Amino acid sequence: MNGMRTRSIKNVGMMLLMGIATLLVLTPLILVFYQIVKMGAGSINLAFFTQIPNPPGETGGGMANGIAGSAILILMASIFGVPTGIFGALYLSEYEGNRLASVIRFSADVLSGVPSIITGLVAYTLIVVPMHGFSALAGAFALGLIMIPIVLRTTEEQLKMVPVTLREASLALGVPFWRTTLLVTLRSGMKGIVTGILLSIARVAGETAPLLFTSLGNQFWSKKLTEPMAALPLQIFSFAIAPYDDWHRLAWGGALVLVVIMFVVSLAARWFGREKSTG
Amino acid sequence: MTTKIKIENLNVFFGETHAVKNVSLDIPQNRVTAIIGPSGCGKSTILRSINRMHDMIPAARVTGRIVIDTTDIYDRTSNPVLIRRRVGMVFQKPNPFPAMSIYDNVVAGYKLGGRLNRGDADEIVESSLKRVALWDEVKDRLKSNAMDLSGGQQQRLCIARTIAIKPDVILMDEPASALDPLSTLKIEELIEELKDKYTIVIVTHNMQQAARVSDDTAFFYLGELIESGGTRKIFTNPEKKQTEDYITGRFG
Amino acid sequence: MSHDEEVRDARFAGRFDGDRIFKGITLGFALTVILILLLMAAGMAVEALPAMKRFGWKFVSGSDWDAVQGSFGALPYIWGSIVSSALAIIAATPLSVGTAIFITELAPRKLGGAIASLVELLAAIPSVIYGLWGVVVMAPWLQKTVEPFLIEHFGFLPLFRGPPYGVGMLAAIFIIMIMIIPIITSITKEVLLAVPQSQKEAAVALGATKWEMIRMAVLPYGRSGILGAVILGLGRAIGETMAVTMVIGNTPQISLSLLDPAYTMPSVIANEFAEATSKLHSSALMEIGLILLALTLIINITARVLIWSVTSKQSAGGRR
Repeated sequence: MNGMRTRSIKNVGMMLLMGIATLLVLTPLILVFYQIVKMGAGSINLAFFTQIPNPPGETGGGMANGIAGSAILILMASIFGVPTGIFGALYLSEYEGNRLASVIRFSADVLSGVPSIITGLVAYTLIVVPMHGFSALAGAFALGLIMIPIVLRTTEEQLKMVPVTLREASLALGVPFWRTTLLVTLRSGMKGIVTGILLSIARVAGETAPLLFTSLGNQFWSKKLTEPMAALPLQIFSFAIAPYDDWHRLAWGGALVLVVIMFVVSLAARWFGREKSTG
Repeated sequence: MTTKIKIENLNVFFGETHAVKNVSLDIPQNRVTAIIGPSGCGKSTILRSINRMHDMIPAARVTGRIVIDTTDIYDRTSNPVLIRRRVGMVFQKPNPFPAMSIYDNVVAGYKLGGRLNRGDADEIVESSLKRVALWDEVKDRLKSNAMDLSGGQQQRLCIARTIAIKPDVILMDEPASALDPLSTLKIEELIEELKDKYTIVIVTHNMQQAARVSDDTAFFYLGELIESGGTRKIFTNPEKKQTEDYITGRFG
Repeated sequence: MSHDEEVRDARFAGRFDGDRIFKGITLGFALTVILILLLMAAGMAVEALPAMKRFGWKFVSGSDWDAVQGSFGALPYIWGSIVSSALAIIAATPLSVGTAIFITELAPRKLGGAIASLVELLAAIPSVIYGLWGVVVMAPWLQKTVEPFLIEHFGFLPLFRGPPYGVGMLAAIFIIMIMIIPIITSITKEVLLAVPQSQKEAAVALGATKWEMIRMAVLPYGRSGILGAVILGLGRAIGETMAVTMVIGNTPQISLSLLDPAYTMPSVIANEFAEATSKLHSSALMEIGLILLALTLIINITARVLIWSVTSKQSAGGRR
């Protein structure tokens, strides 16, 4: 039949279009990945990890201060963001069902969609202005703000998966509710929560915009947390837009290091997650 | 025969649902009382009112009185945490704490409650495990994970964990329904042994089990107490037609 | 003391105090989420107040941006943000949905899984790295290959007038597209996976071809979810900062030509805020931030409400 013929031609045509769409999507993505690895691998050497950037025009140098700065910023952000997220999640999961919890949950979802540059502006008004200067503290605060909704929501999901029977076992032994929550519920969900924390770290490790006017970046080593501090993504940014080939080289090296770090952290997160389901 | 638990005009609501309707029942001391009835008749709900487990469910509402010895446990001044230390509970599915060793599971009530005295712990573990006849099976691997035990062993561990906190009442919610026949037999023997020291209330859907282990039986239907009394009498010569129908399996 | 007295006397020990304190503490932490949102809006509004007072509505309609003269009009940035996000989302949507359909309905399971994880991996690559790639690799390619081609063959359209700069609106659209495609694809994939098998079988049983099955059963069922995914992608696109800043050319002008350099709201904040010396300048940038925040809040709330209504409908249906 004629109708059947057009229909099957149309079918094959649409299938082909889907395939082409997939190819179009994958090509640039794979290209980006390939170029990070190719360009990055060529520029990484020992100096990259041990030296700070050289002045413009000079060759050599590394991003040691950026790597260390990122580590410090992430650590400080976690100290502030992780407990806030976890304790907030305890409220949402253990006292769920009231309207306030829904409002908080909704706010967390909305907050996680706020552009990170706005988070930087907020950290600027709340920390940089009162302290009269750019500082690592302000940068860490901005990153922490980004971590909170991520940790909060993943932790809540994990806590909800802890079987009710475990909570009841503890309560029936005359253990107060708050101790049950901390020692039984929270501990049982710990593996999944660690996964969530690692994922949130992987997310903020690459954040640049919120650091632009908080941590600001630093060509040298920072001595205090109240000073501007270098960070790997900030260095990639400023080196990428600079007109020197050698700085581009360093930027690619930084990109590769950043991607590898994030990849390792995500893998660790998945590994933790997997442990749970088999164990 | 002294009354250990006196339930007076107990009503339990879950939101709009009236799950337990105006129940009054005396539970005698140092005996095993079985609560039987078709599923959905409020057996577990009644059991869970005796240690205030409904406190955790925001939609649950309890009215009436439950007096243990002389304490009204639903009185405003009663503390559910302390009530639960007097009224232990064993659940349908064995639920040892998965991240803890056998040893730690036995003293979990103390440990989680933050009142574990190191010196007493060994003594508590040994006597509790001996009491549930688990000691000889696990004494060489007290530090191994509780999840390595078989289902029946896990359930006996849960009973050990309960008697470790020295309650005087033990509530059992179908404690053998998830176990094989041999483990069930061991649990039933254990119940028989425990009643010299504890008042035991057991919910079961297995009427043979109720007949085997209990001294007294209460039959519930649709949230109402239909009949209660000595187990032998309930099973051989019930007063109510509904009880007889249920016992003889003529229930639709 | 008897057992009974112990129960009564300890009424304020244990549960009552500890639990109440615990609830208070966790509530406090949970409330910080709301607090942050409020502080965000309020803090930025206060900082933006001088600019609002000075320029009023002219701030959004004016296109003069001169820090030295103290004259600020944000229209070029608003224009740049809207045009770049809108065109990127228009181009990204069919590609993402097509890829999601390919992954879930057409590809062999293993291939589909591999593509899906690759896409997810690439969604995690930071913006600044896409920017680096954009400025070092993509922009020169656009300048030497794509843009001359467009000028030669489509130069009669106002969209493709002017010299090939490489960096500019077109580059921004490309880079935003590349970055939001993984996001829209993975959410759409989840939505499509949630389509019940029975729906598909019903279509196939009526003699539908694969495409007809997708059009009749899969896409209508997942429509709101896909729309939610697209709107979330739009939220990301409009807030996208680093990569866009690196490839858009950073020139505040309103031009119809996609080849011309442009500017967006996040980019001007990123470039100028740290160096804004006058109070009015930073206030103007704050006001841009406030507009951006308002836009993303509207977009996000719309998307969440849409997704929530879909999921709650599904779970209500599941219970029956």
